[in-house]
Amino acid sequence: MRNFKGFAESLDLSNPGKLEIATHDKWVTVHPANLVISAALAIQVGKSNAEIIGDVPETGRYLDRMGLFELTQTSSPFVYQKKEEAGRFVPIKVIKTSVDQSHFITDVIPLLHLSEKNATVVKYIIGELVRNVLEHSFAKNGAIVAAQYYRKTNRVSIGICDTGIGIWKSMNTYWHPKTDIDAIKLALTPGITGTTRKEGGTAENAGAGLFFIKSIAKINRNYFVIFSGSAQYTLLKHKKRIKGMPRLYADPARDPHSETNLLPSFQGTVVAVDISLDETPEFNDLLSSIGDVYDKAIRERKREKYKKPKFI
Amino acid sequence: MKKNIKMRKIAGDFAENKDIAKKMRIEIIMPALSKGDEVCLDFEGVSGATQSFVHALISDPIRELRNVAFDNLVYKNANENIREIISIVYRYMQESLDGNKVG
Repeated sequence: MRNFKGFAESLDLSNPGKLEIATHDKWVTVHPANLVISAALAIQVGKSNAEIIGDVPETGRYLDRMGLFELTQTSSPFVYQKKEEAGRFVPIKVIKTSVDQSHFITDVIPLLHLSEKNATVVKYIIGELVRNVLEHSFAKNGAIVAAQYYRKTNRVSIGICDTGIGIWKSMNTYWHPKTDIDAIKLALTPGITGTTRKEGGTAENAGAGLFFIKSIAKINRNYFVIFSGSAQYTLLKHKKRIKGMPRLYADPARDPHSETNLLPSFQGTVVAVDISLDETPEFNDLLSSIGDVYDKAIRERKREKYKKPKFI
Repeated sequence: MKKNIKMRKIAGDFAENKDIAKKMRIEIIMPALSKGDEVCLDFEGVSGATQSFVHALISDPIRELRNVAFDNLVYKNANENIREIISIVYRYMQESLDGNKVG
């Protein structure tokens, strides 16, 4: 995932009616986030306007297994036994309704063959991220999701993408962020929701979802990336040599991160999360730490509204 | 009167569908609490829930009915994760309600 920025920089979005996907001619290794962007763009332009060009090497069969060829006019050059698919991955799926989402959580996540504890974390992350898309993105093609378990690193990587209004527009009604990166940082701040300026949110939204996901990634010492509009925010991996649970901050600018506001402008949002299963603490402990920071953020904003004494 | 709600039957094994939470809140929880009934949310067989789901389920009763909700909304068979999420929503709703009074 640390190479995601290179992928985003290489996007050429100048022709919105046509999609050409090219791979390296010797090897293909992609994060689910790269796959879901490609899939979302293919769905947007339509199968007849999307193709995979050039020589795809043998490792490119992964693109076939994950379902990318099916979304383009290019036939897969790969032949393999379907039963090989019983690997630990979730191929590209499109989720358009909350009922689709519930089916996905119940029926598809078990394909990753995770322990109950780890499955809970993955269900939580996908449940919150997909719901964000369905509720806030106004994407007519829904949420595009893919996930992969990597045995060697005992890690699950998740990518979720939509081609909706993007985070800036979603936050703009109440918060008027100047740039795409400002909008992403607002969306990551606990208690800030695009649906109101009131503390505590509305009956349906608290402004906690993305903060919780970023915090889960941080505690698990992993990457977390959001790309929307021209901006990308990347939470950097918390170094293993630093002992104890990583400290959480309400302000995403305080987390070790990289950011840019200069990428090719992508109309939509992509979220990528890696979860190291070796590092997963008890989920309730993790939630408790996140909840404490959330409360603190509200208290601090509340204090800012207190009347100040007039010293003369 | 006491109203028992089997969450598993309505929200499934993992409670994440906010549309269901909203429907439960509007059609069952708020009317029952407003009448002075006790509402028992039974999480037996539910392995987890998202914060968004729990927020959509109980934040409005807390905001609108305050002590009526605190006194008459009870949770049964919630596992540690679900208890933690419910507790988080209780804490931040109370913090934020106090905050909205100021200024």
